[in-house]
Amino acid sequence: MKTTRSIKPHHTTNADPVLIVNGTVLDPARNFQGAAEVLLVDGKVAACGTGLSAQAPRARRIDAAGCMVTPGLIDMHVHLRQPGQEHKETIATGAAAAVAGGFTTICCMPNTTPALDNDTQIEYVLTQASRSGLCQVLPMGAITKGRQGAELAEIMLMHEAGAIGFSDDGVGVGSAAVMAKALQYIKMFDGLLSQHCEEPTLSGGSMHAGTAALRLGLGGIPAAAEELMIARDLLLNRRIGARYHVQHVSTAGAVDLIRQAKRRGESVTAEVTPHHLLLTDDLCAGYDTRFKMNPPLRSRSDVEACINGIIDGTLDCLATDHAPHAPEEKQREFDQAPFGIVGLETALPLYVKALIDSGHITWLKLIELMSHRPAVVLGLKDRGSLAVGCRADITVIDPAAQWQIDPTEFYSRSSNTPFSGWQVRGQVRSTIVAGQVVFENIGQTSGQAPGNRGSRP
Amino acid sequence: MTVAPQTDPGLTSDTVKSMVWTRRHLLALEDLTSQEIVAVLDTARALKEVSTRSIKKVPALRGKVVVNLFFEDSTRTRTSFRLSAQRMSADIVDFSVSTSSVSKGETLRDTARNLEAMGIDAIVIRHRSSGAAETLSRLVQCSVINAGDGSHEHPTQGLLDVFTIRETFEAQGRKIADLHVAIVGDVAHSRVARSNLWALTKLGARVTLVGPTTLCPNQFADLGVAVSHDLDSVLPHVDVINLLRVQFERLTSAAFPSLREYNRFFGMDETRLQKCRPDVLILHPGPMNRGLEISTPVADGPRSAILHQVTNGLAVRMAVLYLCIGASGDNASGP
Repeated sequence: MKTTRSIKPHHTTNADPVLIVNGTVLDPARNFQGAAEVLLVDGKVAACGTGLSAQAPRARRIDAAGCMVTPGLIDMHVHLRQPGQEHKETIATGAAAAVAGGFTTICCMPNTTPALDNDTQIEYVLTQASRSGLCQVLPMGAITKGRQGAELAEIMLMHEAGAIGFSDDGVGVGSAAVMAKALQYIKMFDGLLSQHCEEPTLSGGSMHAGTAALRLGLGGIPAAAEELMIARDLLLNRRIGARYHVQHVSTAGAVDLIRQAKRRGESVTAEVTPHHLLLTDDLCAGYDTRFKMNPPLRSRSDVEACINGIIDGTLDCLATDHAPHAPEEKQREFDQAPFGIVGLETALPLYVKALIDSGHITWLKLIELMSHRPAVVLGLKDRGSLAVGCRADITVIDPAAQWQIDPTEFYSRSSNTPFSGWQVRGQVRSTIVAGQVVFENIGQTSGQAPGNRGSRP
Repeated sequence: MTVAPQTDPGLTSDTVKSMVWTRRHLLALEDLTSQEIVAVLDTARALKEVSTRSIKKVPALRGKVVVNLFFEDSTRTRTSFRLSAQRMSADIVDFSVSTSSVSKGETLRDTARNLEAMGIDAIVIRHRSSGAAETLSRLVQCSVINAGDGSHEHPTQGLLDVFTIRETFEAQGRKIADLHVAIVGDVAHSRVARSNLWALTKLGARVTLVGPTTLCPNQFADLGVAVSHDLDSVLPHVDVINLLRVQFERLTSAAFPSLREYNRFFGMDETRLQKCRPDVLILHPGPMNRGLEISTPVADGPRSAILHQVTNGLAVRMAVLYLCIGASGDNASGP
């Protein structure tokens, strides 16, 4: 079936009012789900209710019949590769991929070349993001200079320049002493520390340390590498109380550590990725590097534990860890190829498959985990809700639309995904950022797509 | 002038004709059926006689071109493949990595595709990365024969070990399925162990892996074999002991405290040989660390089949080249 997709950068906030009609509004922040109209004026939500047409007779109308109208999705973990690795992705192409996937705010990680470890780099990302005129791109600054794990980076200057949080992502902070200092320092301004949890002395492999790795003769990354660093950080932070966030949780033991810490009332939040809910380590058989990511794909019981962590609230956010790589990099030998897969343009339907189609959570909960909770974790009070006065960041989703994932259609510069060819459900119809439609996908209506719902190729 | 026979009776025997071999590549013994393994062994048995002739050549692969693409140092395997190809009348070229474009940063993909553009029929690859042979097989049209990929598999070594075992015990009227084989040493890093494990279990043998917990983890039991960390308790019960080389180059961190300690608990010497069955067969894939995993009296003693392994390696590799290159002709049906 033919669809028309378009990206429309905006460079002004003086837009006409927008009225979204005929949709079902999902606003988990207010625990609301029902038929309603949403009026957007001057880049903010002006009203959410019924009979709004009279208030804004000249507003541009968006017909959301059959669709869900949700607060814009927020992905707190992406890699945009600029500066330094623009052959994989740029801030502009990454932002285009984001809005095509329904995301209105994304947080990019600092493992660029050079690393985002000073205020000038943070300003550079913000400037590039503003130029691209699509979604909000909020950079995370490095915790340590050059992400080397030795000396603290200029954290306060980066905070002042607009860094949304701090991470050495790609690696964890290996030294307990440096980590303690980082937590203490970031606590000074109640900043967010987002940790890639992987004990370096236990790492060095290229897939999960399990039977599949043994069979394939590949070095393993044990679950203990992830769990050890989480346990260490939680102990350190117990006396510090900084906002500590665990990135891409992948093991049952990690879920349990976070669950216990939350029960004790400790300051910890966590995110998960779609692939850790849908794929397992045995898929690495065949040495297909599209299945190589870090944290690695784990066992079936780890997948189940992550899903249970979502159901019981241990895991706060659904992220992507969008990690673009060029074909020639991914075509290398398995142990030589880089870690990671792209995720921005596939996250929503994959989460639908992992969590809704299997009956684990509702759509309202899904939107909470993809919008409201990330906003809370990031400390962004002006989004993640459709309450009056919030940013007019909106995602319009056709929950029934079925489609096939085709990497050749990605707006991302890279197409490294193991989900190519998967039949999925749930498609973004419009993405609205600050009251302006930046992405539209018109021409396909629900129920018309052929079958194979939820089936794997 | 005496002319050597230009046909080989073995290659036209009913055994060979009736077998079902359609694989263009030999990547891993885990992929093979027991029938395919037996087909290689039977073909190798037919070809073994060639090496005993005064003119050691048959024309089976005349006009075919084989490239030895070795990314890791190896003398034995490379020479064995070279001689095997020559005995089958194929042309063979050594592509040495240290003097090639690879040292200039060329990717495996580009190296392979360049070689293929020169019109070759088979690549024999040795690589330090597990899975490199399988990756290569997806990039080229010619046959790919795995001569050892990282810690994954070394299928021709597995086949020649099984060939040697079969040849030895056949004389006593015993089948592989009746045998119990111990594979001893650094199993975790050993491609030889994995290839042996699959070939032996597929043919019905009982396999026990023996080594320290750090080199022979219990999770190997998931692959359908027994795991032991006590060599002395295993010795009286096995028919074959395959001693793996301690691979210093693959040990990422100290997996055992000292060579002395390793030798004390896992080294094969005459005292331990006394605990074995009298007809036990000792194998070692080479190169040996004499005095570490195997003592000189055992290596050179009457139970050792180590040099037979080397001899049989030629026949097995001749068979593998013959079968894979043959399968990449008109009747090729994929990997």
